[in-house]
Amino acid sequence: MTSETMSPELSARGLSLAYEGRTVVDGLDLDIPAGRVTAIVGPNACGKSTLLRGLSRLLPPASGTVLLDGADIHGLPTKQVAQRLGLLPQTPTAPDGITVADLVSRGRYPHQGWFRRWTAEDDEAVAEAMTATGIADLADRAVDELSGGQRQRVWIAMALAQRTDILLLDEPTTFLDISHQLEVLDLLLDLNAARATTVVMVLHDLNLAARYAGHLIAMRAGSVVAAGDPTAVVTADLVRDVFGVESVVADDPVTGTPLVVPLGRHHTS
Amino acid sequence: MTAQETAARSTSPVSAIRADRRRGRSRALRVSVVAALLLLVVAAVSLTLGAASVAPADVLAALVGRADRLTSFVIVELRLPRLIAGALVGACLGLSGALIQSVARNPLASPDIIGITAAASATGSVALVWFGLTGLALSGIVLAGTLVAAALIYLLAWRNGVSGYRFVLVGIGIAAFCGGLVSYVLTRADVSNVQQALVWITGSLNAVDPSALAVLAVGTVVLVPCALLVGRPLGALSLGDDLASGLGVRTERTRLAVVGVAVALAAIAVAVAGPVSFVAFLAAPIARRLVGRGSLALVPSALLGALILVVSDIVAQFAIPGVVLPVGVVTGIVGAPYLLWLLARTNRVGRGG
Repeated sequence: MTSETMSPELSARGLSLAYEGRTVVDGLDLDIPAGRVTAIVGPNACGKSTLLRGLSRLLPPASGTVLLDGADIHGLPTKQVAQRLGLLPQTPTAPDGITVADLVSRGRYPHQGWFRRWTAEDDEAVAEAMTATGIADLADRAVDELSGGQRQRVWIAMALAQRTDILLLDEPTTFLDISHQLEVLDLLLDLNAARATTVVMVLHDLNLAARYAGHLIAMRAGSVVAAGDPTAVVTADLVRDVFGVESVVADDPVTGTPLVVPLGRHHTS
Repeated sequence: MTAQETAARSTSPVSAIRADRRRGRSRALRVSVVAALLLLVVAAVSLTLGAASVAPADVLAALVGRADRLTSFVIVELRLPRLIAGALVGACLGLSGALIQSVARNPLASPDIIGITAAASATGSVALVWFGLTGLALSGIVLAGTLVAAALIYLLAWRNGVSGYRFVLVGIGIAAFCGGLVSYVLTRADVSNVQQALVWITGSLNAVDPSALAVLAVGTVVLVPCALLVGRPLGALSLGDDLASGLGVRTERTRLAVVGVAVALAAIAVAVAGPVSFVAFLAAPIARRLVGRGSLALVPSALLGALILVVSDIVAQFAIPGVVLPVGVVTGIVGAPYLLWLLARTNRVGRGG
C-alpha cells in the first residue's frame, strides 16, 4: 500500500533479550535494510535465533526497543504487525493429516477478523503463494506425506500467504540436503527480486550466507561483531573472531563472493 | 498459448484450493449429520425402552401431549429428562475434551485425565458424605470445586506460559491428590452414605435433579457458542506457539480463554451427572479420526460425546436385567482400553504424548 513512499524498516535500538534473567542478546543496535536479503550468522548459542525472536516480537525485550516503521513493535496490535511481518520458526508443527492447501490457508489468519469470512482475496493470496513456491499441484496432498524439501516449501508458502513486506526465517535450510537447501534459498531470492520482500534469515552455513545475502550480520556471544556487504565483511580475521577457527578466504569461483575454507588442526595454509 | 489457456492456468490453483476446502467442509458436515441422525435414532429407541415398554406411536403421542396420563408421566417426566441430561452431559464433555486436547496438543489432556473430573469427585463426595448435600446444592458445590481445581492446575503449570506436557503432569498430580481425598472421605463415612456417594462418583443419570438439568441446559446454550468463538484461533495455534504468535494470535490469552470455557463445560456436566469417565477423553479423538485432515472437529466431538453417553446409558440400564448400573461403569469399560492403547503407542513413538 505505502511501500513506494515508505519503505519497510525493521531496526533495534539498545536491544537486550533475556531468558529467565539470563541475558542472551546485550544492547544491540541494528538496522535491517529494506527490500534486501539479510543473513544472521554466528556460532551455536550466540543469540542469533533469540535475536530473530526479538525482532519478530515473540520475545519481549529486557531493555531497549524493536522498531517497525519507526514505532515500538510491542506497542502495535499483534495482528497489525502480522500483516507487515511474517515469521517462519525453526520447528513448526503440522497437525496430522492436514492438507497443503489448508496449511497454507492458515497464513491468512491475520487478515481475518471476528466477523470477516473467507474471501476471494484470501483464495488468491493462497494460490499465489503456492504457485510462487511451486506447490500448486500439491493442494490436496497431506503435508505429512511430503518430502522434507517440499514440506519446507509449504511452510514458506504459508508465510507468503500472509502477504507481508518483511519475512523472518529461522534456519530455513536445517535438515535439508544440499539440493533442497539451494532450492529454498533460490526461492527466497526470487521473492526478494520479484516483490522486494525484505528477507531476514538465520543461517548456519557461512558460505551459503555469503553467497545469498546482500547484507550479513555476524554475531558472537550476544553482540554484533560485524554487519554489512558480505564481500567487505567476511575475512579470515572475522571468521577467527566469530567462530574461533583459522581459515582461508578465497573468491567463490562462480559468484565472486567470499568463500571460507576452514583449516582445523591438521591443515595449515 | 491462447488467452483462454492462460486464464485457465492462472485460475486453476484457486479452484484447487476451493475444491480442497469444500472437501474438508463436506467431510466435517457429513460426520456431524450422521452423528446427529444416529443420536436421534438412539434417543427414540431409548424412550421406548424401560420397565414399561412403550410403543413408538405412544412415545410420539406423549411428546406432543396426546397420550394417557401414565404414558405421559413415564415419557415426559422420567425418560425424557434422563435422555436430555445424557445428551447434554455427553456433548459438553466431548466438546470440553476436544478443546483441552487441542490447546495442550496432547490427547492425554482431557478433563478426566488431568484432574478436572477428579476434583469434581472430591468436592462431590465431601459435600455428599460430610454435609449431606444433594440436588442443586450439590451441583453448585461441584461446579465451584471444579473451577477452583482447574485454576490451581493452570497456576501450578504456569512457568512463562503453560506447556501442554506440564499441564498434563500437574493435572495427573492433582487427580491423584483428589483420589486420595475421595478414599479418605469414603473410608471414614458410614455405609449408606458411601453407597450413595459411590454411585455419584461413578457418574450416573439415575437421579437427575430437574433444576440442575435446567442449569445444564442454559449453560450448554451459552457455552457452546462461546467455545466455537474462543476456539477460532486454535487452527493457527495448532501450528506451534511461535508460528501462531507470528500470525498474530495472543497465545496465552487464547489458551486461558479456551481452557476456561472447556473447564466450565466439563464442570456443568459433572455437576449434573457426576464425573462420568472417558467420554471427554474418547469423543474428540474419534471425531478427529472420522473428519481427518488435521481438523479440530469441535462440533462432531460434541455430537459424538452425546452419542457415546446416550448409548452407554442404555447399556447401563438394560445390560443386566433388573440392575441399573451407573453410566460411568460402561464408559469406563469402553474408555480404559483406549487409554492403555494410547499410552503404549505414545511410549513406542517416543514423543511423550
